[in-house]
Amino acid sequence: MIEIKNIIKSFGSKEVLKDVSFTFEKGKTNLVIGQSGSGKTVLLKCLLGLHEPESGFIVFDGMGIVGKSNKNLKGLRREIGMVFQGGALFDSMNVEQNVLFPLQMFSKMSKEEMLQRVNFCLKRVNLENVNHLFPSEISGGMKKRVAIARAIVLNPKYLFCDEPNSGLDPYTAILIDNLLQEITHEYGMTTVINTHDMNSVMEIGEKILFIKEGKNVWEGTKSDIITSDNQHLQDFVFSSELFKTIKKIKS
Amino acid sequence: MGLIASLGKFLIFIADVFRKPERRSVMYKLVIKEIYELGFKSLLFVVFVSLFVGAVVTLQTAANMQGSWMPSYLIGYATRDAILLEFSPTIISLLLAGKIGSNIASSLGTMRVTEQIDALEVMGINPVTYLVRPKIFALMFFNPLLICLSMFGGVIGGWIAGTMSGECTSAEFITGIQYAFIPFKAVYAIIKTILFAFIIASISSFHGFYTEGGALEVGRSSTRAVVFSSVFIIVSNYILTQLLLN
Repeated sequence: MIEIKNIIKSFGSKEVLKDVSFTFEKGKTNLVIGQSGSGKTVLLKCLLGLHEPESGFIVFDGMGIVGKSNKNLKGLRREIGMVFQGGALFDSMNVEQNVLFPLQMFSKMSKEEMLQRVNFCLKRVNLENVNHLFPSEISGGMKKRVAIARAIVLNPKYLFCDEPNSGLDPYTAILIDNLLQEITHEYGMTTVINTHDMNSVMEIGEKILFIKEGKNVWEGTKSDIITSDNQHLQDFVFSSELFKTIKKIKS
Repeated sequence: MGLIASLGKFLIFIADVFRKPERRSVMYKLVIKEIYELGFKSLLFVVFVSLFVGAVVTLQTAANMQGSWMPSYLIGYATRDAILLEFSPTIISLLLAGKIGSNIASSLGTMRVTEQIDALEVMGINPVTYLVRPKIFALMFFNPLLICLSMFGGVIGGWIAGTMSGECTSAEFITGIQYAFIPFKAVYAIIKTILFAFIIASISSFHGFYTEGGALEVGRSSTRAVVFSSVFIIVSNYILTQLLLN
């Protein structure tokens, strides 16, 4: 579980996060939704310790991270898996080396054990026979799956994803969403996903935080969205004709 | 950003380079890889340039000495000193600042804009120690060898040009390159080379590492890396020469 309380973060005179509080629950896919520029990525970077908030608390299962140095966060960082928007795979390494990398840096396994673990993780994300391909030789969806395999290879307690299905076709996007949800349930991780894709929200939104202009405007589950009378949320979610029609049919 | 702030940022960056690495065994492998990528792959380029510049220095020296009272073996002497003192350590380092510096800055810049550096940081790996340290160590180790090879190539080029053009005999050229040789001049050249290697690797890495934006900024970082490395090489060349030779 990750708790954030009264997070304020500014860049120069611009306040990007304004007193945001929320609890990301263990074993659930927690979604942070909002328009581009609403502060989702900044919030995620605060959670990862890449940005330091001006005030507020971020607590990972009882351990506060605000104000701690990189050295003190090292232990926690090994419990974190991260899937970046573009995958952030290392260009100079092939698929196998990318997934192997965290194991080489932090585990005490033998080489055979490491390779077994890598193959297990690649199989878990439905990738086989791609071990020796380089990131430039695989598709966007495959890159995301390799990134997920790399993120889970050390059995993390927390999984963070920044717009994991951006730039993917709807079918692959749903595959990635479902994969993230399955992995979250399987390993009992606390998963935080940044997205503005409403298909993802309706597919895997077990707990949702809606941010607008840096403020926590609404929170709930995917089924609460339809019944919510929050105008900001309604404007955001039902901005497309498709979702307007769905709402009409549901109501 | 102000000059003082940039300098402070650079010093913190360099301090990070010397922090304890996550895994020493991984670090050794990375240094070897960088020696191959940055050093070994520049070998042919350095030898090729040195051979021709050595030949040109010899022909120009011979042209200037034509009809004078000076003995022909001084062609070899002048070629040796020009190559040893200035061409190999400084001019080759400037060329390497262009070749290697832009390579380092653009590769680190690309890693920054595609979030690969953030990925390392999130994993709990110090990206400066992991990415920059091997480059600095590799260049500081391999560049002196590269420069020695350049000196050798330059003298060979001079010898070939001198003897083939008939400006001096082989024996005269060899007498010239042995004439009044002061071993400290070679030490001075190596000291310069090590410092220049540090300048190329650290300044280029710094500019690449702190790239912000997209592909356009990666190009700009690469240009800045080459310009700043070259300027620092030229200035430190003057300071070192003043300190060591005078």
